[in-house]
Amino acid sequence: MLEIKNLHARVGDKPILKGINLSIGTGEIHAIMGPNGSGKSTLSSVLAGHDDYEVTDGEVIYQGENLLEMEPEERARAGVFLSFQYPVEVPGVKNIYLLKSALNAKRAHQGQEEINPVEFLKLVREKLKLMKMDEAFLHRNINEGFSGGEKKRNEILQMQLLEPSLCLLDETDSGLDVDALRIVGEGINYLRAEQRSFVMVTHYQRLLDHVRPDFVHVLADGQIKASGDFSLAQRLEKEGYEGLLAEA
Amino acid sequence: MSSTETKVDDLVDREYAAGFVTDIESDTFPPGLDETVVRAISAKKGEPEWMTQWRLEAFEKWKAMSSPDWAHLNIPPIDYQSISYYSAPKNPDDAPKSLDEVDPKLLETYDKLGIPLLEQQMLAGVAVDAVFDSVSVVTTFKDKLAEAGVVFCPLSEAVHSHPELVKKYLGSVVPVEDNYFACLNSAVFSDGSFVYVPKGVRCPMELSTYFRINEQNTGQFERTLIICEDQAHVSYLEGCTAPMRDENQLHAAVVELVALEDAEIKYSTVQNWYPGDDEGRGGIYNFVTKRAECRGARSKVSWTQLETGSAVTWKYPSCVLLGDDSVGEFYSVAVSSKQQQADTGTKMIHVGKNTRSTIISKGISAQKGQNAYRGLVRMGAGAENARNFTQCDSLLIGDQCGAHTFPYIEAKNPSARVEHEATTSKVSDDQLFYLRQRGISEEDALNMIVNGFCKDVFQKLPMEFAVEAEALLGITLEGAVG
Repeated sequence: MLEIKNLHARVGDKPILKGINLSIGTGEIHAIMGPNGSGKSTLSSVLAGHDDYEVTDGEVIYQGENLLEMEPEERARAGVFLSFQYPVEVPGVKNIYLLKSALNAKRAHQGQEEINPVEFLKLVREKLKLMKMDEAFLHRNINEGFSGGEKKRNEILQMQLLEPSLCLLDETDSGLDVDALRIVGEGINYLRAEQRSFVMVTHYQRLLDHVRPDFVHVLADGQIKASGDFSLAQRLEKEGYEGLLAEA
Repeated sequence: MSSTETKVDDLVDREYAAGFVTDIESDTFPPGLDETVVRAISAKKGEPEWMTQWRLEAFEKWKAMSSPDWAHLNIPPIDYQSISYYSAPKNPDDAPKSLDEVDPKLLETYDKLGIPLLEQQMLAGVAVDAVFDSVSVVTTFKDKLAEAGVVFCPLSEAVHSHPELVKKYLGSVVPVEDNYFACLNSAVFSDGSFVYVPKGVRCPMELSTYFRINEQNTGQFERTLIICEDQAHVSYLEGCTAPMRDENQLHAAVVELVALEDAEIKYSTVQNWYPGDDEGRGGIYNFVTKRAECRGARSKVSWTQLETGSAVTWKYPSCVLLGDDSVGEFYSVAVSSKQQQADTGTKMIHVGKNTRSTIISKGISAQKGQNAYRGLVRMGAGAENARNFTQCDSLLIGDQCGAHTFPYIEAKNPSARVEHEATTSKVSDDQLFYLRQRGISEEDALNMIVNGFCKDVFQKLPMEFAVEAEALLGITLEGAVG
């Protein structure tokens, strides 16, 4: 699914990623954990194609294609979805309009016609129910005045609708209370499938209690310092990053 | 950082789609302005003596006036002797009476502009008056309107067919000597639309006028007069385009609206004059005086405008709220891109009791565009319990453009209430990236953000034109993605 080789990236003059190597197989769930400032969020932003980051070395192959050469919207249409740590507000634009435009952009890319309004509404209602969201959400402006939890649920709602191949979840658990965390966790689990891969970037273990990863990686100072299975996350919880990294 | 800014700049860069010139034989006066020219315009129109005298008086007053310079605009001096004050397609001397008599090239022009007169006549149920350079070339749907008692015709025709109305109302809202450009217009105005809706009549369809400047070195000085008697109701839309020319061209129009008791006038403008090129060469100077008087109790006037074109726009559609409980509204979206400058806003003059006004202004600046909102809210001594709400929002795209707000408030009545809100925001890279990450192209993302910003105003446009407005805004901000 995704092959990251020796990836280096910087913001301005400041190097953040210093040689990331990571291989994500189809259907796998990877958790990337690390202390603040380790480069976790940078990694997901670089994979999604954010302009603020300059890739200085390395390559990323996504489904056989050079991901780094694609525009952000091309990556999205090809099935790369980023659930934002801080979803952005767009005043005056209704949520439903974004959902529909995004879905139709993907459909156009796949050579399909625009979805008909009745079918679309049916589909959206189904997903809303899954995320325990009220239909009023559709007619609110994108993320405007949403609580932290509502914003995150809205991200997962979009992910549900777009059914991406590669889901990048950037600190999805931050700002969530226990109930919201459970709903978001269920939303992610619902999407687990053989043909779909996940990369979950997180500081804490709590999301991983809901969505059990196949692999856990520890990112520090722009490099992956340790990899393992779920037990690595459990060790982290006990020993903390300092303890674990001192060992590694 | 700079790379993303250039990208946004590229996005808003675009070609002016209405910039073609129609090769048509025309009857154009040589440049220059003196009493002979004023008389000649009047003679061309076969005007009665009172009209000629009205023009000549205006010309005398204009000669004594000087060009104002208070706006937040940078305009080189205009040589009024280098402009031609009259140009008409050289068709038969008298105006065409039906579409069949119209020069096919002219119809083609309107087709190119997306104003298929025939089709529109058939399908949309919108009555259209088309003004090409200085004359009105065709007015559709006259019969159906006449049945309802509505008069919709070129002003030059109304001078003959309804002289008593023209005499009574022309210059009654915008006095001849009101300002420099209005005074010039009074002397040399060529054509424009005249609308009269009699007592108790709701105009059965949207009325619409399209203005087109075609000839080089020609000024356009149209004049529109709309009168709504008691309980009458009309919705009117004007659209404007011009070819690409290297020289600046002057457009100095006057619009007067009169609403009597319980009458309602909705006046919408989609202005897409040629804005000039990237270096600021050419483009239309759009200096327009638009004013409405709500003379009757409970009357209402609503101005809605989308200003995307012109090199320089200088206009303040205003409402004088004389009647008790009368209502004035102003909804505006003004875009300035390239090197465009816009100084626009409104005046709400509250005279009567319980008068209310609402101002929603959205300014969008991109590239090197400069956008200024200038508004006056005046609560007169007799304006008991009058209310105003003003909201001014500015949206900046890139970091070379500017937005300015100049609100003026005068309150002479202690019971009057005035509210003013203002915001300035920037299209952020994060917003664009968020939408693109959902598979939406950069251009569509920008359109989405801008349209969201303008939504409050577009909702006020007549439905047929709201779509047009969104599309026009899209074209205005569209361009090759870098």
